[in-house]
Amino acid sequence: MIVAEQKPLAEIKASVAQYEKLLILGCGTCVKTCFAGGEDEVATLASALRLAFKKDGKDIKIEELTVERQCEDEFIQEAAAAIERNDAVLSLACGAGVQDIASRFAASPVLPGVNTTFIGILEKQGLFIEECSGCGDCKLATYGGVCPVTRCAKKLFNGPCGGSQNGKCEVDPETDCAWQLIIDRLKALGQMDNIKHYIPPNDWRPSGAGGPRKLFREDLVV
Amino acid sequence: MNKDKQSNLKQILESGGFAVTAECGPPRGADTEVVIEKGNLLKGYVDAVNVTDNQTAIVRMSSLAACVHLKQMGLEPIMQMVTRDRNRIALQSDIMGAYSLGIKNILCLSGDHQTFGSQPDALNVFDIDSMHLLNMLKTMRDEGKDMSGFELNESPQMFIGAAANPFADPFEYRVIRLAKKIEAGAQFIQTQCIYNMPRFREWLRMAREEGLTEKAYVLGGITPLKSARMAKYMAANVAGMDIPDEVIRRLEGVPKEKAAAEGIKICLETIAELRQEKGVSGVHIMAIENEAKVGGIVEAAGLMPRPKAV
Repeated sequence: MIVAEQKPLAEIKASVAQYEKLLILGCGTCVKTCFAGGEDEVATLASALRLAFKKDGKDIKIEELTVERQCEDEFIQEAAAAIERNDAVLSLACGAGVQDIASRFAASPVLPGVNTTFIGILEKQGLFIEECSGCGDCKLATYGGVCPVTRCAKKLFNGPCGGSQNGKCEVDPETDCAWQLIIDRLKALGQMDNIKHYIPPNDWRPSGAGGPRKLFREDLVV
Repeated sequence: MNKDKQSNLKQILESGGFAVTAECGPPRGADTEVVIEKGNLLKGYVDAVNVTDNQTAIVRMSSLAACVHLKQMGLEPIMQMVTRDRNRIALQSDIMGAYSLGIKNILCLSGDHQTFGSQPDALNVFDIDSMHLLNMLKTMRDEGKDMSGFELNESPQMFIGAAANPFADPFEYRVIRLAKKIEAGAQFIQTQCIYNMPRFREWLRMAREEGLTEKAYVLGGITPLKSARMAKYMAANVAGMDIPDEVIRRLEGVPKEKAAAEGIKICLETIAELRQEKGVSGVHIMAIENEAKVGGIVEAAGLMPRPKAV
C-alpha cells in the first residue's frame, strides 16, 4: 500500500486558517489502511480542528466526506458537490489524490493533510516499512525477493558495503541490512549464483529519471 | 603534467616490492597550506598517498584538487572517488579531468552514507555503485570507451583500486565480493584497518584459495590508535570496524601518556605480521589527522628507504 502519515495539527490548521467553509476529504483505500486518511481519521481531524479554531474564537464550518479513491474520476465525482460548496478542500489522500482533485476543480484550493511517505507493508501493529520504490524494472527475482534499490541505504547492486554488521544497516541499527537478507534468502534457496558475478549499472529511466512516467495500456481503451 | 609516466605504485607492486601508502584528508576549507603540510609529513616515506573524497560525508576540499597539490610537491596521489555524490556523467568527466592533470591511481568507493556527515539533509546519488565505478574505469582505460560506448580521444591509463572490509558481515560473502571487485577491474585492494588478525588471516586464506591475491595486490590497512578512548569510540561508532577487547585492554593497561606509543607498537606488530603473510603486497597507513606519525611508523617498521620512482 501507499503509506502516509497525517501532518501535524498546527501545520494543517495554519494551512486552512483563511477559509470559513472547509471540506475534509478522506480516501478509502491506501491511506485508510494505514490509518492516515480514512473515515475515522477524517472525523478525528475534523473534531480536533473545530476545537482548535474554537479556542481562537474562530468559527469554521467543516464538512466531512470520504470517497473510495481520490485517484479515480468515478469516485472523485461523488465529492463534486461537496467540493463546490466549500471554500477549500483538505485532502487526506496521497499526493496523487491531492493532485487529481486539484486538476479537476480549478476554483477550489486543495491542501494536503498527510505526508505521503512510501510504498510499504504493515510489519506489525504500528510499524510500517518501506519495501518498494516503484523503480519500474523489478529485480526481485535476482535478489531473492529483497529489494536492494529500496532497502539498501546506498542502493548497492553488487553486495553489501563495509558497514554491514551483525545483520544491521550502518545507517540505522534498527534496520536490517538488505544485503544480509538477500544473502540469507539466496543461500536458503540455493541461488547464490545470482549474486556471484558482476551486475551491470541500472537503467534509471523507468524509475522516473527519464521524466514523469506514464503507462498507456491500449488493451484497456474502450 | 607527466601523463606519460606510469604509476609509481603500480611499478613497485609489479616489481614485487612491499608497498607503503598513506592517507591524507583534505581540509575543511580552501587552505592549500594544510595539504602541503600533510604532504611534507608524508613525502619520502610512502609510495603513494590516498586523498579522501569528502570522507565520513563531511564537506572538504575536493580530492582532485588536493591530489594536484600533492602531485606538484612530487608525491604520487591516489584519488579516492565515491559514488555517493556524483552520477555517472560527473564521475566519468572527473576521471578524464584527473588523468589530464596527471593522476594515475584511483580508489573506487561507494562512500560513507551522508547521514553520518555534517549535512545529513543532503540527497545522495548512488547512480552506480563502487563495483560499477571499477568497471567503468577499466572499460575507459582498456577499451578507450565511456559508458555509452563512445570512443574517447584519449583513454585514462589509471591504476585501479578498491577497498575491502574483511571485518564486515556477512563474512562468507566478503571474498565473493572481493572476487567481483577484481573481476570488475580492481588491480589493488586497500583493506579496512586491521586489529583482528585472526579474522584477517582467515579472509586472506580464503582469498588466496580463490587465487585472488595473484590477481590483485592486497595492502593491509593500518591505523595507529592514540588512546583506549579512541579505540572504544571507533569500535562502537565506526561502521564495519572490528577492534577486539584485548587490543582495548592493552591500551588501557599502560599509563595514559604512553597509550599512543603502545598504539604505534601495535601497528608495528601488525605490519611485521602482514609482511610474513603470503598474498599481502603492502600496507596502507590511515593515520587520521595524525600524519606526523606516519614517517616514524614506516621507519620503525624497517620499510625505509622507499624505492625510487622511475
